[in-house]
Amino acid sequence: MDDLRPFLLAGIAVCVAILAGLGLTLLLPAGAPPQAPTAASAPVPIGGPFTLVGGDGLTVTDADFRGRFMLVFFGFTHCPDVCPTALEEMGRTLETLGEDSKRVTPVFISVDPERDTPDMVQDYVAFFDTRIVGLTGSDAQIDAVAKAYKVYHEKVEIEGGYTVDHTALTYLMGPDGTFRQLFRPQETPEERAKAIKAAIAAEPETTPQEGS
Amino acid sequence: MDSKALMVAVAAALFGTTLVFAHSFEVGDLAVGHPWARPTAPGATIGAGYLTVTNNGAEADRLIGGSSTAAARVELHTMSMDEGVMKMRAVEGFEIAPGETLTLAPGGNHLMLMDLAGPLVEGASVPATLTFEKAGTVDVELMIEKMPSEGPGSSGEHSGHGGMDHGGH
Repeated sequence: MDDLRPFLLAGIAVCVAILAGLGLTLLLPAGAPPQAPTAASAPVPIGGPFTLVGGDGLTVTDADFRGRFMLVFFGFTHCPDVCPTALEEMGRTLETLGEDSKRVTPVFISVDPERDTPDMVQDYVAFFDTRIVGLTGSDAQIDAVAKAYKVYHEKVEIEGGYTVDHTALTYLMGPDGTFRQLFRPQETPEERAKAIKAAIAAEPETTPQEGS
Repeated sequence: MDSKALMVAVAAALFGTTLVFAHSFEVGDLAVGHPWARPTAPGATIGAGYLTVTNNGAEADRLIGGSSTAAARVELHTMSMDEGVMKMRAVEGFEIAPGETLTLAPGGNHLMLMDLAGPLVEGASVPATLTFEKAGTVDVELMIEKMPSEGPGSSGEHSGHGGMDHGGH
């Protein structure tokens, strides 16, 4: 019987929480729940502010990309297979997008700041497509952006060095910097371009007034 | 480089274009199909090689290693995807059962070329030697080419990403 007590207590706690929530809901003025997202359109908490270092060694933040879609992939230059595949496919996605590619900034963020210097990363991504922006940063900066994007990354020792296990998904972020969609490695550039075109069509370009 | 590899290299230099069309190698009952490697970015120290090995014999064999003049070491690597996380590991060998084909392809298992002597340039080729447990060694040429964007490799290559389905844990 003693075993059940924690559950009982937990149950009571949940009930209290639900009742409290109900009370709160009833107290709120009808039609004005400012922070309450609907189930269907709840923003997925992927992404957010970041401060990183660009190929020229200068600071780059998420705000620099505002107004454009971002196609984000995390990787490292000592990655023989997955990263070249992802970057090549990123280039092909841009090609397939045609004119629409002008509204998309492809971004590669290093998960290996120890080895990946800013110019190394930039040279690496330019090899696949000169439009790709290569970013790296300090350990703390990379940890922060990886955390924001829910990207797992871990150094794993191998003979003669190390590799980095990392999340190999590609993220589409909107012009407002919020998460739109993720692409899995098995999705082709054509499928990605189609989805990105749809996202772009849904958000017509606004005249760039707000910045000035 | 042994003299045989040198000859292959010279032959590749002389007949590079024909090799593209007749690019397979045999050792014992094993047929090695279209060995190739990706071009590498300037300054890259590693590269990845791909090929197929079909076992036409009655006994299983294993690809247990390789070497190349283009790299200090050639390792055999698995690549698996586990809930979107890429994991790469060195392995001792890849088994090829009788009648089966081992496929090393982008987004999956591959040859890892460690400490490249220089960048792998598209259109060139580099000699490599593959070692099998039973069939012994065979000299091959890795064509340096971009991932096929069209054609047979394309759809298979994407299901080849299915490396993620056999994460092996």
